Amino acid sequence: MSPPPVAWRTETVPVAGIGLHLAHAGSGPSVLVLHHDIGRPEPSPFDDAIARACSVLAPSHPGYDRSSRPDWMRSVRDVAVVYQWLLGERDLTRDLTLVGLGFGGWIAAEMATMAPRAFERLVLVGAMGIKPERGEIADQALLSYIDYVRRGFADTRAFDRLFGAEPPTSVLEQWDLNREMTFRIAWKPYMYNPTLPYLLGGVATPALIVWGRDDRIVPLECGERYAKTLPHARLEIVDGAGHFVDMEQPDELARLVTRFITEG
Amino acid sequence: MHLMYFTEQPMSAYDEKAGLDFGATALMFSNRHFDPVAGSRLYNEYLEHYRLAEEVGFDGIMLNEHHNAPFCMQAKCNVFASILAATTKRVKLVLLGNPLPLADNPVRLAEELAMIDMVSRGRLVSGFVRGGGQEQLAAGVNPAYNRERFEEAHGLIIKAWTQTGPFRWEGAHYQHRVVNPWAVPLQTPHPRVWIPGVLSKETIIWAAKQRYPYIALSTEIQATKKIWELYDKVAQETGYAGGPEYRGYLQRCHVAETEEKAMANAKQFMWMQGEFTGLAHPVWSSPSGYFSPSYRTAFVEYAVGRRSNPRGASFGDQIQNQQIVAGTPKTVIPKLRRLLEETRPSIMGFWASDGFVSNEDTKTCIRLLGQEVLPALRDIGKELGLWSPFEANAPTSIHFSEPARPKEPR
Repeated sequence: MSPPPVAWRTETVPVAGIGLHLAHAGSGPSVLVLHHDIGRPEPSPFDDAIARACSVLAPSHPGYDRSSRPDWMRSVRDVAVVYQWLLGERDLTRDLTLVGLGFGGWIAAEMATMAPRAFERLVLVGAMGIKPERGEIADQALLSYIDYVRRGFADTRAFDRLFGAEPPTSVLEQWDLNREMTFRIAWKPYMYNPTLPYLLGGVATPALIVWGRDDRIVPLECGERYAKTLPHARLEIVDGAGHFVDMEQPDELARLVTRFITEG
Repeated sequence: MHLMYFTEQPMSAYDEKAGLDFGATALMFSNRHFDPVAGSRLYNEYLEHYRLAEEVGFDGIMLNEHHNAPFCMQAKCNVFASILAATTKRVKLVLLGNPLPLADNPVRLAEELAMIDMVSRGRLVSGFVRGGGQEQLAAGVNPAYNRERFEEAHGLIIKAWTQTGPFRWEGAHYQHRVVNPWAVPLQTPHPRVWIPGVLSKETIIWAAKQRYPYIALSTEIQATKKIWELYDKVAQETGYAGGPEYRGYLQRCHVAETEEKAMANAKQFMWMQGEFTGLAHPVWSSPSGYFSPSYRTAFVEYAVGRRSNPRGASFGDQIQNQQIVAGTPKTVIPKLRRLLEETRPSIMGFWASDGFVSNEDTKTCIRLLGQEVLPALRDIGKELGLWSPFEANAPTSIHFSEPARPKEPR
């Protein structure tokens, strides 16, 4: 039997001159879910699963999907500050868990360094933001929209199931718009902030680092470094998942996240 | 008319099969396939061709640059312009052009160009381009700010050329504590600027607003007419009348002693268009943010193989629609007349050969163009009133109404 559908409410709020698109659902502990670089036009099964146990706030990043593009924005830290602004204005920071998926994980990590004791918990899933010492972060500038997203799955049949073997042009156009915004704020250095590792040591927030065993976008060594550098972190590796753990193993990831939020 | 000689400087001496196997001859196609021995020979042959072009009567030599691809060996047009500044006497050195967004220090470009202008005794025409999509990747420059960087770098260079320093520049993409280059151009108010392009409406509109001639790169006649419609409309809105002195065209044109030979050699124009070796990689040639948003659907579909290259057409089609002209002087002149009558450019570039066309055949082509085709075109140009910016004493730009001229001694 499939679980009951989750009722999402949406609104667009002004922050820093941006029309920020927000989706919320559920009740319980507060969770901010930050999406991948490819965007998330609609709430996903993973978002639904979290919303069954928590009160979820899921924004579209500035310039992604339905949020307007701030022409002035130049860095991932700018995005992090916009979210701090949003949370501060709504008095949401206390008791909040940040869940960052891939690129969203980088934003969450930046937010944690800005307010090292403010958040309840931090979850980083296949997070960008740290330069690998051995491998490389897969560069979407060199890959087609389809090849890049396919590469994020351990089993590409999961891609076919979610997007179709040949995603419609409208989906590709949205990926292109989101990719353009990613370039605007994370072109060089590509997908990491060289100063971030030096700042993570001050983060007092308990952290769960989750990595798909077959992540071919961000090497697992980055997860190991996050786990080592953040003072209160542990690493969980999910089998049968690539970079998009939330899309490939949504229930398993939701189980890990909700257990982490509710454990003492 | 202003008649220029052009070559892409093809580096055809590499293993074609390797290119076919790799599936693209761009960006990531390994430079282990580059042979510097052949490169040295070819660079020197190209220099010989340029000097021959001056000898047989061309008015200008058009130079360009590309990166990380065998279809063009010229990685820095200012290098060849520097050599030609010293080794030619009469021809204009028409750079079409320096890719501005790729420059991290446009002041340095302003200096280099000023040096070329002085060494050549005021023969520089300094065109500017955005650079190809894959070149943003080759240079590590953000494609999403390509047009912003183009416009800002242009503004900085023109200011460095026309206002005395020192001044400070605090822009969105360029910040300079001190702009005060010691070398400034010989020509005043500044060397002429021509803008080449092929697809983006934004570039045509920008050129027309600046009152800079626009050079259509081998577009099909009907498309070329649309370009001039748009240019003339913007010119009128800007407060001047468009016309031949603002119109340039780059024509692929191979001439030989016989039709058969000309046609066989002209097929080499397809070499860089992908028929033989594959040219562009659809993803690398159109990075997100680089192309015009009005073409987003087309480029997205091209990038995943759902649409053919918006720039591509077969050899037969291009002969038919005159994007490629080939033959003996006698047969190409009427075709070129048609182009001049229908689109009325005063600036014409002749892209004379490509790919594997031999050194001897290229020289024959240049000679035949100079001796037989150019004089005929000059007559047609007079008949049709196609006066070049030099002949028409056209303003240097919307901001400077006087024509560019070498400064007189004080």
